[in-house]
Amino acid sequence: MADPISAVPNSAGRFGEFGGRYVPETLTRALDELAEEYAQAKQDPEFQSQLTSLFNTFVGRPSPLYYAERLSEYCKGAEIWLKREDTNHTGAHKINNTLGQALLTLRMGKKRVIAETGAGQHGVATATACARFGLECIVYMGSEDIRRQAPNVFSMKLLGAEVRSVESGSRTLRDAINEAMRDWMSSVESTHYIIGSVVGPHPFPFIVRDFQSVIGQEARQQSLDSFGALPDRVVACVGGGSNAAGMFYPFVDDSEVELLGVEAGGRSELPGDHASPLTFGEHGMLHGSYSYVMQDEDGQTCDVHSISAGLDYPGVGPEHSYWKDSGRVQYTHCQDAEAMAAFDRLTRTEGILPALESSHAIAKGMESARELGPGKRVVICLSGRGDKDSNEIARLKQEGY
Amino acid sequence: MSAIDTTFETLRSQGRKAFLPFITAGDPDLEFTGKVLKELVARGASICELGIPYSDPIADGPVIQASYTRVLDQKQKLGQILEAATSWTAELSAPLVSMVSYSIIHRQGLENYVARAKAAGIAGAIVPDLLVEESAEFSALCQREDFSLIQLVTPTTPRDRALKICETSTGFLYFVSVTGITGERTELPPEVVDQVGWLKERTDLPICIGFGISQPEHVKMLAPVADGLIVGSAIVRKIAEVEEKGEAAVLAEIGDLVDELTAAMDS
Repeated sequence: MADPISAVPNSAGRFGEFGGRYVPETLTRALDELAEEYAQAKQDPEFQSQLTSLFNTFVGRPSPLYYAERLSEYCKGAEIWLKREDTNHTGAHKINNTLGQALLTLRMGKKRVIAETGAGQHGVATATACARFGLECIVYMGSEDIRRQAPNVFSMKLLGAEVRSVESGSRTLRDAINEAMRDWMSSVESTHYIIGSVVGPHPFPFIVRDFQSVIGQEARQQSLDSFGALPDRVVACVGGGSNAAGMFYPFVDDSEVELLGVEAGGRSELPGDHASPLTFGEHGMLHGSYSYVMQDEDGQTCDVHSISAGLDYPGVGPEHSYWKDSGRVQYTHCQDAEAMAAFDRLTRTEGILPALESSHAIAKGMESARELGPGKRVVICLSGRGDKDSNEIARLKQEGY
Repeated sequence: MSAIDTTFETLRSQGRKAFLPFITAGDPDLEFTGKVLKELVARGASICELGIPYSDPIADGPVIQASYTRVLDQKQKLGQILEAATSWTAELSAPLVSMVSYSIIHRQGLENYVARAKAAGIAGAIVPDLLVEESAEFSALCQREDFSLIQLVTPTTPRDRALKICETSTGFLYFVSVTGITGERTELPPEVVDQVGWLKERTDLPICIGFGISQPEHVKMLAPVADGLIVGSAIVRKIAEVEEKGEAAVLAEIGDLVDELTAAMDS
């Protein structure tokens, strides 16, 4: 019998052919130590109970599975259920990973933490975990993202983190990761890099997926408890892909559940206008792993665009590439205007302000509900709340969105 | 034997050390790169490292990053660089080795990259983001093609792992002097002398030290234990001033820097 699709990665960090480790030699020892430490922590009941306790009392888990009745009525199709990661402390799924990695940082005896952030949600979640455990925290953020996610920048500073503006390249998430990695090249012996998504060299994609899998584990059980069955389709947005990986992973061996990942379709399907590497990209290397990536014929990473800072990334986690090529998960893309319309619709029908990132999943979840029809159930991962986006949305609406 | 092996054999028989300058291909244009290479070899460079610009170089500090960005902003393509290299290598008496991201090699196809680089007269590759664990296929290809694959050891590399890297590296071993990214330092960690010394007793592979070297004091400290020294950012920084100072002045400054550093090497 073939191995179940969940039986990845292997010891070299490979998800099928994807993943691995393409980084400078300087980082190898720290990555080996991290893999070793995580393997021990995973087996350690004390670590697991500490994390569960933080999830329950600090984050406010389990997050609800909410029946979006008026949105379902509007779509006139399948029932739409929302996995409410927006109700977490700090407002998004990112805190699940940063608490787990902060505990690993303490286990490794390191005192300094660095992180990158796009939308600022991972930056805030890292700053929060560091404040909770008394760790020094430095967050790298592209200057374009500092502009469009100003409220989160302020929060990070209030939490005691130092926010370093990154001016290189497109001044977004990808450049922030480059800068964080460069910091780590020099500080690797004293510092842990809390990477924010299921990207980067092994063991990061594996560790982040595991910490985020609490989303899908809860959603799976809550589905059984709420409607006595597994959902017909599960939908999540994909930038680097951490909320989607955490949502999908506990369902990947349930072959009857359809899984749909939604990338940022941006302004158009032309190169540079979107951030959809799984739809339009090539197999290649970026930020230490082998995956789908937007690159030119020379192997240079391309600039991408999305209305949402958290999806504005030319690469994607290697496990998503594995799921795509194995056919287990379908990937589609949602354009900026469609995400904005979904944002408005959810806000007006349910009184829930979704993050612009999550709005991409809402749009395709609504489409799924229409397509599947009555009697079926769609669960959408509402990965974060949209308060951070209010000013940017007001600005975009003036521009005609 | 690749041209790099021959170079080290000759240097060793003469009891001399190698000087390996690094410059970025196409900075600020390919014509000037050709002139700089010529000047470097005329001033005694034993092997020249040609940096192939890459969009996401995580091992590089601000000076080399900025040089890569300058070139990529002009839409300079790999094909143009390799074409220019063909004419440079025809005239240079020292071998040229490419410093190139695995992203670029992989995109071309491993065999295609090696074939095109060899056709351009390039003797090997330093691939800063290809670890020994991931290098089996490329390493076997380079062996077959007699194309040197220079691998790196750093201060964070455990000793048993360093020995394993020595076994698969060809041409020479690149010993990274610091835990960090490229760029000039005022001081280099003194431990590097012992670390390289320990490896020297266990491998015949020539060992060249790079990262941070920019002053005669660095050269005096490291030359006795190394087979060669690599200098990058200190030269690239001068090239960045070409628009302001003019080509002749920059070439003269680079020449003077090379003279100063090589003099310290032989002293």
